[in-house]
Amino acid sequence: MERVFDLVAPYAGYVYPNETEIPWTELIVIYPYITGLVAGAFVVSSLHHVFGIERFKSVSRFALLTALCFMFFAPMPLLFHLGQPTRAFEPLITPHWTSAMAAFGYVASFYVCLLLLEVWFAFREDIVHLSKTSKGIMKKVYRALTLGSDDVSPKSLELDHKIARILAMIGIPGACGLHGYVGFVFGSLKTREWWSSDLMPIIFLLSAVVSGVGLLVVLYVITSKYRKVTPDNEAMIGLKQVLWASLCIVLVIEALELLEIFYKGREGWAMVAELIKGPIWAGMSIQWGLSLFALTVLSTMMIKKPNGKQLVNWMFVCGLSLMVAVVAMRWNVVIGGQELSKTMKGLLTYYPSIWGRESLLTVLMLFSGPFITLYLATQFLPPWEDAKSHPHGKAAAH
Amino acid sequence: MTIQEQKENTEETGVSRRGFLGLMGAGVATTAVALVSVDSDANVGNHKSDKKLAFQQNEAQYQESLNNPPKIPNYDWNKHKWSYGVDVSRCIGCLRCMEACKAENSVQEDANHHRTWVERYVYLDGAEEAIVDSPADPKNIENVGSETHFRFDNRYKDEKVDKAFFVPKLCNQCEEPSCVQVCPTGATFKAPDGVVLIDTNYCFGCQYCIQACPYGVRSLNAQRGTAEKCNWCYHRITKGLNPACVEVCPTGSRVFGDLNDKNSPISLFIKNNQVTVLKSEMGNKPNLYYAGADKEVS
Repeated sequence: MERVFDLVAPYAGYVYPNETEIPWTELIVIYPYITGLVAGAFVVSSLHHVFGIERFKSVSRFALLTALCFMFFAPMPLLFHLGQPTRAFEPLITPHWTSAMAAFGYVASFYVCLLLLEVWFAFREDIVHLSKTSKGIMKKVYRALTLGSDDVSPKSLELDHKIARILAMIGIPGACGLHGYVGFVFGSLKTREWWSSDLMPIIFLLSAVVSGVGLLVVLYVITSKYRKVTPDNEAMIGLKQVLWASLCIVLVIEALELLEIFYKGREGWAMVAELIKGPIWAGMSIQWGLSLFALTVLSTMMIKKPNGKQLVNWMFVCGLSLMVAVVAMRWNVVIGGQELSKTMKGLLTYYPSIWGRESLLTVLMLFSGPFITLYLATQFLPPWEDAKSHPHGKAAAH
Repeated sequence: MTIQEQKENTEETGVSRRGFLGLMGAGVATTAVALVSVDSDANVGNHKSDKKLAFQQNEAQYQESLNNPPKIPNYDWNKHKWSYGVDVSRCIGCLRCMEACKAENSVQEDANHHRTWVERYVYLDGAEEAIVDSPADPKNIENVGSETHFRFDNRYKDEKVDKAFFVPKLCNQCEEPSCVQVCPTGATFKAPDGVVLIDTNYCFGCQYCIQACPYGVRSLNAQRGTAEKCNWCYHRITKGLNPACVEVCPTGSRVFGDLNDKNSPISLFIKNNQVTVLKSEMGNKPNLYYAGADKEVS
């Protein structure tokens, strides 16, 4: 008897009996979130590499490392979610091509390879320097990483930059593809009214940029404080502009999507309204509240053009707000979609568990992974372009 | 074992010596024996210390069925086109089908895993919309005091009811199944005889199919980490028997047969009734036909 009330998500109205177990949990909430952070961070590095916007020079390589470290962890929530994780490679070995999900392994592997290559080209000069200046085992590691190429002549470096630019050019449609694809996994499901939208890939992509740039701002400010340097003013202005533009577009498109649902007024639209008023009310409030707050602050900054400490502090607040707003958005989409019953006659309420394989603890562990990896990566390959991080005088030489 | 050998065995054991009962008869007898033994076993195994019911397949039996599936030499899946019908006006909501399904297919013994269920639609006096519930409703479970035995409670006894009816639900074995479309490993597939099957050796439990099914008939078996759903008792129909739910239905509300046979129960059902399918707008082309379904049924 007690099992029913323990396991089942409480519901109102009528839901199909099998629906009372929510299939995709908080792990699937952070999967698109982590992938989104990758896409966002990558966009910033591309703005420097491809479009040559010098403003982003100081954060470009850090953004690249951030994208790589988060990408390593993007498949992890899926792995923890699988009922049979040992069969995780089956879609790679024997893919069933009509499934959107079958492509994930290929898309993700392609992207990891691309990021690894790009990082190598972006850091090759540093690796060669480090292989000459380090001692002990690290010297061997760096030497191995040069892959036998220690030519750092201006001609060779020019070639590096060219290749890095080509890779970043491939990476831009790649990042759009990776994240648009995640949106497609949800948007292509005709059974769920809350997901089934042609705008879903665009919404996922743009909110990814918002959260990714937000993450970069937060990390850049924190690392600068930790390293006791002032964040680059020009970079912050550039990030402010990117953040403002992408936030404006994503908010308009999200609002349009909601409007479409209600304007079309298809069967069950009233239940969608109940969903927003009920199970995801808190999530929607956080998502829209923080987004509009950040938009107000960013718009004010666009007009008043603050500099220095004021700019950094407000950008930090905006970045953090938008990171939280996008988590809430992912929750509202992933969990909200499943809380709306396929019967369109009922609503479920999902309560995440704290312990267990699929729980908030797992989420916490998986989400701390990229940060720890990024810390180690920045120790191994310092991405900073300022004099402080180049004791061997490389920065001075430039 | 061939169908012929099976028949001979049945005759040898003396369960049924009446040859004229033929194949179906043998099926009924076997099922009846199975269900009787299930019931008595269930009672034996129902004591407090052993919560698992006796008819639940254990892990060893499950592995055996995967590694050494029963041979069906005389079955050619290209020669059949199975289909299923539900006569809504005949269903009395006795829910024997649900219990038979759980026993026959060893479905998980709780309220949120069902391969088939029955919905109750009630229009109260003057109401425009029906109130719907199923045996998985906590009030119904509380009324029976068990998640393995099913009965609708009598919650409307003091209300004035305009109209009420029961609607059995199960897998629609769609012609264009969205579960098959989204399966990343190809573990779930459409057999030529019309049934959508799951190869649990390939399923990796991503639950995308559960999301994609418009009818909510799929669920995850958490112990096995793989998806589950109704397969019209494939192990029975390939031997010429009816699915368990059809077999136990006392009113003939559930109809099953081969569309290739013009005189099969399902062919006649579709011919003699104005039938409809559920959620046709999904484009899944269901293979489950309803006669007398109300506008509220979806």
